[in-house]
Amino acid sequence: MKAPNSTFSRREFIRVSALTGGGFLLSLALPGEAWAQVGQALDDTAKVFTPGPFIKITPENIITILAKSPETGQGVKTSLPMIVAEELDVDFAKVVVEQAALRPDVGGQSAGGSRSTPNNYMLLRRAGATARAMLVEAAAQTWGVRANELTTDNGRVIHAATGRSLTYGELATKAATLPVPDERNIKLKNEDDFKVLGARVGGVDNPLIVTGRALFGIDQKLPGMVYAAYEKCPVYGGKVLRANLDRIKTLPGVRDAFILEGTDNLSGLVPGVAIIADSTWAAFSAKRQLQVVWDESAGAGHSTADYDARAAEAAKAGGKTIRHDGDVTAAFASAAKVVEGAYYYPFLNHATLEPQGCTAWAKDDGIELWSTSQTPGPGQQLVADTLKIPKEKVKVNLVRAGGGFGRRLANDYMAEAAAIALRTNGAPVKLTWTREDDMRHDCYHRPAGYHFLRGAVDAAGKLSAWHNHFVTFGLKNTERVASSAGLGTDELPARFVPNYRLDQTIMATILPTGPMRAPGSNGLAFVMQSFLDELAYAAGRDPVAFRLELLGGDRLVPASQPNGQPYNAGRMSGVIRLAAEKAGWGKKLPKGEGLGIAFHFSHSGYVAMVAEVAVAPDGTLKVRHVTAAIDVGPIINLSGAENQIQGSIIDGLGMAWLQELTFDRGRAMQSNFHDYPLLRSTETPAMSVNFIQSKNPPTGLGEPGYPVVPPAICNAIFAATGKRIRQLPFSKIDLRWS
Amino acid sequence: MPTYNLKVNGQMRPVTAPADTPLLWILRDHLDLVGTKYGCGIGLCGTCTVHINGAPTRSCQALVSTVSGAVITTIEGLSPDGAHPLQKAWCDHDVPQCGYCQAGQIMTAAAFLKNNPTPTEDEIDGAMAGNLCRCGTYLRIRHAVKDAAAAMQKGGGK
Repeated sequence: MKAPNSTFSRREFIRVSALTGGGFLLSLALPGEAWAQVGQALDDTAKVFTPGPFIKITPENIITILAKSPETGQGVKTSLPMIVAEELDVDFAKVVVEQAALRPDVGGQSAGGSRSTPNNYMLLRRAGATARAMLVEAAAQTWGVRANELTTDNGRVIHAATGRSLTYGELATKAATLPVPDERNIKLKNEDDFKVLGARVGGVDNPLIVTGRALFGIDQKLPGMVYAAYEKCPVYGGKVLRANLDRIKTLPGVRDAFILEGTDNLSGLVPGVAIIADSTWAAFSAKRQLQVVWDESAGAGHSTADYDARAAEAAKAGGKTIRHDGDVTAAFASAAKVVEGAYYYPFLNHATLEPQGCTAWAKDDGIELWSTSQTPGPGQQLVADTLKIPKEKVKVNLVRAGGGFGRRLANDYMAEAAAIALRTNGAPVKLTWTREDDMRHDCYHRPAGYHFLRGAVDAAGKLSAWHNHFVTFGLKNTERVASSAGLGTDELPARFVPNYRLDQTIMATILPTGPMRAPGSNGLAFVMQSFLDELAYAAGRDPVAFRLELLGGDRLVPASQPNGQPYNAGRMSGVIRLAAEKAGWGKKLPKGEGLGIAFHFSHSGYVAMVAEVAVAPDGTLKVRHVTAAIDVGPIINLSGAENQIQGSIIDGLGMAWLQELTFDRGRAMQSNFHDYPLLRSTETPAMSVNFIQSKNPPTGLGEPGYPVVPPAICNAIFAATGKRIRQLPFSKIDLRWS
Repeated sequence: MPTYNLKVNGQMRPVTAPADTPLLWILRDHLDLVGTKYGCGIGLCGTCTVHINGAPTRSCQALVSTVSGAVITTIEGLSPDGAHPLQKAWCDHDVPQCGYCQAGQIMTAAAFLKNNPTPTEDEIDGAMAGNLCRCGTYLRIRHAVKDAAAAMQKGGGK
């Protein structure tokens, strides 16, 4: 096919052809999809316009649906094919799901920003419905009846009047010869008739996972493969001066050791020392014997303690006003109550349980990689740029990832594996990072943030003024906010309080920052929802009633900035009311026990949570229960959806309670799970997850639950103890009471 | 380099490797049993859990030189057909998200249920506390272990 002209750029394109040996192949070319929310370059892999194989039906009635996007634990390998299966009208349990490699013809293949569902939902429905219509037409022609006399059920076309039926497999070869119907003539199912969507479906790889047969990135093995480790400077931006390579090369099992110059791009090939060995252990052991002299000068003056001190000074000096509605000064002057609070959240690491790594095989005609990337398209480009070869010579296979959380939006490990693969005499090579590598070289961190807040309530107990001085970071500059370190000027309570002022100070850092699960929101929700709670208590108001009043009823609040999003106060009020009701909000609890509420809108999802905690007089915390209410429209896979929210609750609790990455002289001070802990089973609360399945278009669930957890917990701790948590993680805060 | 005669999943598997090689890397790189995962390398996360003589053991901390002759069971050998009550319960409850930790979780749970066939939820949480899950599937793990225990009590398992 020819390259697309611009009129096709926002439309998919369906083709049907025969499978080799008979059968039906529906191909769907999708334009590249944007996920601008996380601020990455657009995936342009779909510029070549040949349709990809989305649905295959063999004469033996084997129905295969392509899983196009990377699976990192968010469940898209199951949920996206379910959408196709629904409209195709087949039993999902009998469908074979096949993971796509990176290909130029199936649209954007990224996993991020909770965009997989909204970007693919209608496209995949139409693909399934088109195939179904063609199978029906094939049956109509076979029987000499009209298509509208026919129905489908679980992979069969049925003519009820005569009691005849044929399987899709029996019709596939004929269907493949028919013209593709015009999209306007394709009828989608009525949502009330859904059988697959909204059901509880287990992950398609579960049987492989529970028997140890699911292959992750770290599990790839190729003939003649060698094993690599890579040591980088602990200081971000550091460079290799020299290393004891001659000694390393004499160690058992070591084949080679060499320095890679690398580049200044911290998301690309970072300078370091590579070791190639006969086994992972030989490579890891040799790495421990490495003695490298680094140029660490880039790190001087960059520590979290320095940043804390500079932020405190900035708080006194004041910032640059970036939004001012009404008259904050006058509102404070006439306020019934004024509250001040200095809030802080720390840097965080993604800490995927599978460390980064990649397998690469350089061949005469290009390079092939097996990658866990969330953005394989940009990963392909990075490898091409690193090796200075055309990207068509870079083949990328998508491999199940042991967690993503935004870490694998970057592709540094692909560049490393590719560069190392050029030095193995043609042998495929598997690069594996140690846990310590992973902890010290997170490609970018969830940035810390400092918020110096003043808020006011009026005599009626209503929020009347909100003034935040936000102290944040810029990458090596003080003019532009670093990746994921911004506070949108529309962020709540902007637009909802008449007197609102946001000031900002940007401190320069060398530490790379970037998207981690619900970027931006994952810190901001803690601050906004905790301080709102302070103001509700200061006003002597019920925290739920205070919030509902702030939202102002069931209305759509338009964006006030060109790139802003409208805020559906009705959907948010709905989840707040539901969470409060399900949690028994208002019940009397003894001192030391308490309920806390929080809500947040992010990644198109409306989420509220109520936490119930008990704090013993000695400060021991037990999070008893978390009640979540979520409106992301209709649910695709109820089991997967609940799992994402349950996981967000556990992840969010672990983050708020335990996690902090600190830096000294430009290097991360944490190295493994002893000093960067994850929550454990014993601290897991009971939970209830409640979806409001509104008629809005379905949106994603990987992210929007996570930001709501910390403030719900912290507000509950306040209700229980009277101790207001303004700094995370709260393991550092004394919760004793008497 | 010394050769060790390992007994893994009922088979004798001789391997030649340096004495200080952790069993984890023997399984993964030498024997192609990659169901056992690397997570932290210091015995903290439980992702590499296998059974050695029936006891749940961090294979990243067990040197190959110390396990010759021991009975080693990995996730691949837990059940010949993948139908151990825990494996079934894991699927019934749709436990995994990314799935990376789950082999270790199941191996810990299998050894635990042999010693405590009728656990309370608190006992389950306590037994599983050494196995980290970054995705946060602990609630489903708790329920799956409980169901598997009940199924085994009814004679559905071994």
